[in-house]
Amino acid sequence: MSTLARWREKLTYQPVSLGIVAMLTSAALAFGNHATHEDILKAEQRDLQASLTQVLPEGYADNDLLKDTVKIAAADGHPVTVYRARKAGAVTGAVFQVSGRGYAGDIVVLIGIDTEGTMLGARVIKHHETPGLGDKIEVAKSKWIRDFEGKSFESPATEKWGVKKDGGVFDQFAGATITPRAVVKAVKGGLAFYAAHKQEILEGN
Amino acid sequence: MDYRQIMKDGLWNQNVVLTQLLGMCPTMAVTTSGTNGLGMGLATTVVLVASNAIVAAIRDFVSHQVRIPVFIGIIATMVTLVDMGLNAWFHDLYKVLGLYIALIVANCAVLGRAEAFAARQPVLASALDGLWMGLGFTGALTAIGLVRELVGAGTLFSQASLLLGPKFAFMEITVLPNYGGVLMMILPPAGFLVLGLLLAAKRLYERRAERSGDAIPQPMGAPAIGCH
Repeated sequence: MSTLARWREKLTYQPVSLGIVAMLTSAALAFGNHATHEDILKAEQRDLQASLTQVLPEGYADNDLLKDTVKIAAADGHPVTVYRARKAGAVTGAVFQVSGRGYAGDIVVLIGIDTEGTMLGARVIKHHETPGLGDKIEVAKSKWIRDFEGKSFESPATEKWGVKKDGGVFDQFAGATITPRAVVKAVKGGLAFYAAHKQEILEGN
Repeated sequence: MDYRQIMKDGLWNQNVVLTQLLGMCPTMAVTTSGTNGLGMGLATTVVLVASNAIVAAIRDFVSHQVRIPVFIGIIATMVTLVDMGLNAWFHDLYKVLGLYIALIVANCAVLGRAEAFAARQPVLASALDGLWMGLGFTGALTAIGLVRELVGAGTLFSQASLLLGPKFAFMEITVLPNYGGVLMMILPPAGFLVLGLLLAAKRLYERRAERSGDAIPQPMGAPAIGCH
């Protein structure tokens, strides 16, 4: 042990030992990543699948939405992946993600739309809003998000797509207006996106 | 090595939160409910046991000057492995806890134990120290979480079945039905309030014990760097 103690104080020992530790931890991480990579991907696919079916009414699609996608560039240049619902081969609806700037970061909403541009459903899948105030946009906390079902640009009229405070038809929450406003705006943007790219979504590959 | 003493220190005398006041970042951020506190505590315990054992195993090979980066490297690796493992194999639990796992790296209790205990003690004692310190941390976090949840939302251990599996649904108790809730208890300030009250209660209890002859435990072996 005394040899080790003498070595330990040498200047070269320190960077070398640090390097060895860095190599070993990197190897452990690479191994861990390799061991979990596939299962993580599978779990994420399951999550996506579960939320895809949530925004569509039961029995609305008989295809595997994850395999029937079309990528379309949005106005800001980002590609949006649109999942298509089909029944007996014909496209019956589209599901895609929209996002809006909430009170504390981006709110990601998954929306389902039928071929006529009527909302089938919406679910918030990611947000950082204040617990107890803004998190009522989650379906587990409140029924609010279900208000979108059946809405389209014909009913209510486009200018009514806002929270009540702004003259729209959607409720805001006591103490939190920014959050529902952001969600309504995101969903409205999604409907506009669908209207603008309807042809590509229904017929594109 | 006195294993009983290690247990007593970890659970009470040197309790990470209530005596050493370490790991304040997860303590404040996560304890909005009993279930969250419990989950964070258990995840931290796993990391503490593993990092303490590894640090103890290599303690003779690490020179004093580079020990902090070595320890941090080991801790960060353990946390990342736990994070990936939970994500892959306990995905539902990960969706509840995922946000907090990364916070464990910043938990000074983990580095503090590596520095104050594991760097000087054999592997078994260090692993046990990690286990009891972790359970003491879990207990404190769960207690703070339960108080905040009870006053804030009128429930106890809500969503415990998400964390522990459907068999534990019996733990979910609604104490005050139709209770409007006190929002502040769920927001960060209440973390400080409840922790302060718990510290005062522990102090009061120890004062009583002191009169009957026991010494008040003082925090010892605080980590070298000024972290909380």
